[in-house]
Amino acid sequence: MVTLRVKATQTLGNRDGRAASAPGLIRAPATGDTSRARIPRAPGMNRKKLQKLTETLTKNCKHFNKFEVSCLIKLFYNLVGEAAKRPGVAIGLDRNAFRNILHVTFGMTDDMIMDRVFRGFDKDNDGNINVTEWVNGLSLFLRGSLEEKMKYCFEVFDLNGDGFISKEEMFHLLKNSLLKQPSEEDPDEGIKDLVEITLKKMDYDHDGKLSSADYEKAVGEETLLLEAFGPCLPDPKSQMEFEAQVFKDPNDFHDNMNS
Amino acid sequence: MGLALTRLGQWTAAGYRTGTLELTPLNEVLLQEITIFVEHFIYDHPQEAKFVFVEPLEWKTNLEPSAFESGYIVSETTVSSKEVDKNGQPLLFLSVPQIKVRSFGQLSQLVFAAKDAKLKEAQACIEANRDPVVKILGSDYSTMKEDSGALNILHKITNGDDVENETKTNIALLLKQLDLHLLNDTLRRISPQTRLNPVPVKDDTELLKSFWGKGEQSVLESTEFTSDRGFSFSDGCGEMRYVWAKPGDAEAPCVTCGAQGVLFPGGRTDDEGKIDYETKGEVYKDLVTFLKEKLGKFSENMSKQEIRFSEEQQKNQTDEVPKKEEADVICKAVSGTDKSKLEKNQINFGKSQMARRLEPSLNWRTTVDRKKRKKRSGRSGEQRAPEGRCRVRDSHGDGKEMQDRTFPHEQSAWLCLRDKEASSSVRRKISVKESQEEKRRGKLGKTRASVSSGRAQLSCKSVDKAEETISESSSESEEDEEPPDHRQEANADLPSEYWQIQKLVKYLKGGNQTATVIALCSMRDFNLAQETCQLAIRDVGGLEVLINLLDTDEVKCKIGSLKILKEISRNPQIRRNIVDLGSLPIMVNILSSPYKTLKCLAAETIANVAQFKRARRLVRQHGGITRLVALLDCAQNSVEPAQLSLYETRDVEVARCGALALWSCSKSYSNKEAIRKAGGIPLLARLLKTSHEDMLIPVVGTLQECASEENYRVAIKAERIIENLVKNLNSENEQLQEHCAMAIYQCAEDEETRDLVRLHGGLKPLASLLSNTDNKQRLAAVTGAIWKCSISKENVTKFREYKAIETLVGLLTDQPEEVLVNVVGALGECCQDYENQVIVRKCGGIQPLVNLLVGINQALLVNVTKAVGACAVEPESMVIIDRLDGVRLLWSLLKNPHPDVKASAAWALCPCIQNAKDAGEMVRSFVGGLELVVNLLKSDNKEVLSSVCAAITNIAKDQENLAVITDHGVVPLLSKLANTNNDKLRCHLAEAISRCCMWGRNRVAFGEHKAVAPLVQYLKSNDTNVHRATAQALYQLSEDPDNCITMHENGAVKLLLDMVGSPDQELQEAAAGCISNIRRLALAAEKARYN
Repeated sequence: MVTLRVKATQTLGNRDGRAASAPGLIRAPATGDTSRARIPRAPGMNRKKLQKLTETLTKNCKHFNKFEVSCLIKLFYNLVGEAAKRPGVAIGLDRNAFRNILHVTFGMTDDMIMDRVFRGFDKDNDGNINVTEWVNGLSLFLRGSLEEKMKYCFEVFDLNGDGFISKEEMFHLLKNSLLKQPSEEDPDEGIKDLVEITLKKMDYDHDGKLSSADYEKAVGEETLLLEAFGPCLPDPKSQMEFEAQVFKDPNDFHDNMNS
Repeated sequence: MGLALTRLGQWTAAGYRTGTLELTPLNEVLLQEITIFVEHFIYDHPQEAKFVFVEPLEWKTNLEPSAFESGYIVSETTVSSKEVDKNGQPLLFLSVPQIKVRSFGQLSQLVFAAKDAKLKEAQACIEANRDPVVKILGSDYSTMKEDSGALNILHKITNGDDVENETKTNIALLLKQLDLHLLNDTLRRISPQTRLNPVPVKDDTELLKSFWGKGEQSVLESTEFTSDRGFSFSDGCGEMRYVWAKPGDAEAPCVTCGAQGVLFPGGRTDDEGKIDYETKGEVYKDLVTFLKEKLGKFSENMSKQEIRFSEEQQKNQTDEVPKKEEADVICKAVSGTDKSKLEKNQINFGKSQMARRLEPSLNWRTTVDRKKRKKRSGRSGEQRAPEGRCRVRDSHGDGKEMQDRTFPHEQSAWLCLRDKEASSSVRRKISVKESQEEKRRGKLGKTRASVSSGRAQLSCKSVDKAEETISESSSESEEDEEPPDHRQEANADLPSEYWQIQKLVKYLKGGNQTATVIALCSMRDFNLAQETCQLAIRDVGGLEVLINLLDTDEVKCKIGSLKILKEISRNPQIRRNIVDLGSLPIMVNILSSPYKTLKCLAAETIANVAQFKRARRLVRQHGGITRLVALLDCAQNSVEPAQLSLYETRDVEVARCGALALWSCSKSYSNKEAIRKAGGIPLLARLLKTSHEDMLIPVVGTLQECASEENYRVAIKAERIIENLVKNLNSENEQLQEHCAMAIYQCAEDEETRDLVRLHGGLKPLASLLSNTDNKQRLAAVTGAIWKCSISKENVTKFREYKAIETLVGLLTDQPEEVLVNVVGALGECCQDYENQVIVRKCGGIQPLVNLLVGINQALLVNVTKAVGACAVEPESMVIIDRLDGVRLLWSLLKNPHPDVKASAAWALCPCIQNAKDAGEMVRSFVGGLELVVNLLKSDNKEVLSSVCAAITNIAKDQENLAVITDHGVVPLLSKLANTNNDKLRCHLAEAISRCCMWGRNRVAFGEHKAVAPLVQYLKSNDTNVHRATAQALYQLSEDPDNCITMHENGAVKLLLDMVGSPDQELQEAAAGCISNIRRLALAAEKARYN
């Protein structure tokens, strides 16, 4: 898994256009009238509809401007690709496709966390991420304020959704975080200890579990604890690379393609 | 000298024979001691100073021939001394760049001539002459022989009765004293290291060898030792060799030289000659300590030992170690070690042994792990993972073993980051480890060298002293450059934090990013300001991991790690450890990271770490200064995002941290240059316009440090920084005020700057800050600024307006010296005005000033004498000074060793003598005073000479005194000074000569001592003061016909004729008088001829 991640950064690192042809990545149309509205065309959708969608989404989204929203929409349809054309299937990214994106683009490795992130995106719980969920999800994912991110991360870590991160949940989340040492009698001892350390650090009301208030207070004091139980946000490097690639000026992009 | 140099001097690794002295504080001290010795030699031992060396000391010098003055024949590339030996060879001969010196007298003068470069010269000399004693006294006195039979030689010498031998003996004794002094001094500086390594052990055994085979007088009969089994360190026990020792009168004990010291008994367990190499029994510092301790009272100790031995045996686990070879050391008891001393030793060693026993986590665990490994020896390497934990500890004992081990914990820690960086960082880490290990070993070697040299002294019958120094050095710690390692003490009582931190470090090593971040955050909950925690982190190997984290791609881990490093780097020891682990290049790299939080943290950590020289140099060498300066440039993107993302912070904060780091770095000269070259000054000037105190303090602090450089002062003026400094003087923050005042103090050496301070209204806040005397540091800075500002007359007027003079007088009592120096300096400048002299007197300032004349602080004395001198100009003040016996105090300061004090005191005496009632009587009343003054004319400091000439001018106004100083030989001394180019000296010298002409046949005497011809040359100077004084002197001298002839021959008439046309009346008159005297003589001569 780790090696896969390396591959991802390498792929993203190629900015000379070859990256665009990598599987599972963003593919933009090579042709199309981009000079007028500067809004790239998505396949299978007429311009009017697209514009309307862009406007509604822009209105509801606080972290992206119109151009960025349109870029994301275009990317979404690109990613959905062929699936969209088939009738009867809801348009959107299913769990596997989304996990693939998280893994390849944002370097996430932990299966469980990726599942939880998918759930975080999939607001209506239909197992598909539609274009609205996509744009709103990424808005938080990339640009969200600390408060928004705290809320989101807490939901990710609260596996059973009961509003608390319990010891068991922590154990579950952290169980792969330590190198197993064969010498130790109980291989889980280290993890248990780590859970205790975390509780000591974050459980302000001493009830043996983390409430969202506990969590927010701890993160408020030490931002590093935002992703205390596993990386569920893009790391800054891949985030920068993603943004650089997706929000590229279409004209530049065009030039690049021709050259 | 030889001993100290060869054994103590820290030579570079290049090898002893070809090496050069390393630039270490220890060596610096050594060199300083030696130069002081040489410098004072000519005064302290004039007889010995003339002794001609057997061979010249020869080395490459950096001195220019022009540095040599009187007493030398100087040409463009060569200098030879006028002083010669019996064969007419000069005692000093310099042919650039090679120099040969053949007497201490010449050495002393050379050191004088070298001035600031004297340490360098001493170093070059010592490097080129590895055994100076031999060269000075001949091969009979070689250092090596000193060990065996110095006394014999001394004896031999004292039997000889010719003068040269006596001098030789004296010199030998003196060198020996110096040697002892150096050794003692150095031993005190080196914190005791009880670890041995193979090289000194080998040396020891070699040395023991040198003691055998010399019959009854020798200490030992023979020495042998086992083959160097331990050198491979293959068993990891750290033992190096085993010595089989058999004293004549008792059973043979076996000794083990291990990394911990000399172990006794190594244990002979059965009669087949098998040696049990187990580590048990007593531990001694080194072989000789052991021999001394053991064999001195071997028989009575033996039974006791055996009991202890068996007890130890039960406690310790035993490893089977293959036996290699055995050898015999047959020793005779070292005689002459008295009992009480032995007891003292035992107490000392007992202590160190205790400390060692209380190191359980280290040694004990290593053995356990090793055992485990043995059990698992068949399995694959990967399964050895837990050993990673003990690896760091092993490094205490043995270095080489590490290399052939795997590095399991690196593997484990970076499994999650297995990419290129990780592997390279592992590699780097290994190399860091190795170099550290090497360093440690080097250090051990040095310390051992010192111990063994201490022991070498034993044979020179200075047993007592060596003992004392060893025990002394164990109690004293050296704070400044190389703070002692508290490792052992820290372990003595392990607090609970220690174990908790150890656990966290374990998770740091063996966890992925998530676990690492949790562990880092949790570690921050400990009180990192507390030394126990800081040392605990280090001792469990946390520093390595923290620094390793900095080298990864994980922003969060880096932030967490830096947050911890930032805190613990406040501890001086940790700083050094951090630097030793090679963290500075990494942190410097982080300074150009895209994440501002990271930049800030790295800069803050650098600010803490760069508190010592080597760290500052490293920052510069890795391009840190340029990057730090770049951090200051915060106004570039003025539009800051309203919402700061996770790893962002405000630009202002970045700039603040940058300034903080620069402040630390700016304590080194080269860094100041680097900051300037990187364009730091305009940026600092811009930051100075902000109003955040947090920002201003480091900025002003940096400026204040840098303002010691001329370049900076110019730039500070050009960047209009003074205005802002003055503005910030009005701030509320005391620290800021202090640094601003300090910066002004540094800059106000420049006249224009002083005017700027006044124009921007800086004098008033300075004066008002005087009233707050609680914060001494600030007070020192403020008074310093006032002192320098008051060099300008206009400023003094302002200060008087603000009633600063009165306040300053009030500060003359109950203040620390650094404040006093500045206060008195300021008063000295202010009292150049008559009105201020009156104020000082009226405020009762004279008494405290005179009281300060008895101090010892040299800077203070210079200022006090100047202030008293300034006050003495005012007659009423003079009365008070006289009543308080101030003149006598000033006079006694002429004996002060420092030339600045001498000169300043002599200057101050001038107005005193001028204004005192019955000055003549007063001067005569100082017993030996006049002789003292006359003898000061032998000084070679121009300022001292000028001031003494001025004093003599005043003294000579009294006829009786003039008679006395004439008797003391003032005329030849003054005449000798005549050949000078220094206008100030010329002026005062000419005045003194003209005064001294008034007595007896002094005029003739000056002529006889050839003072007239050089005086005529003074008329060619550009200084009218010189002209006036010279013309007056010539006028006086021209009363003697022979002098007139000399003047005429040297072309004085034409020069004097020009002077007659001068606007200066006195000059006119004197020149005319002189010409008339010459003319009259000429007329008389003509008349005589025609008659």
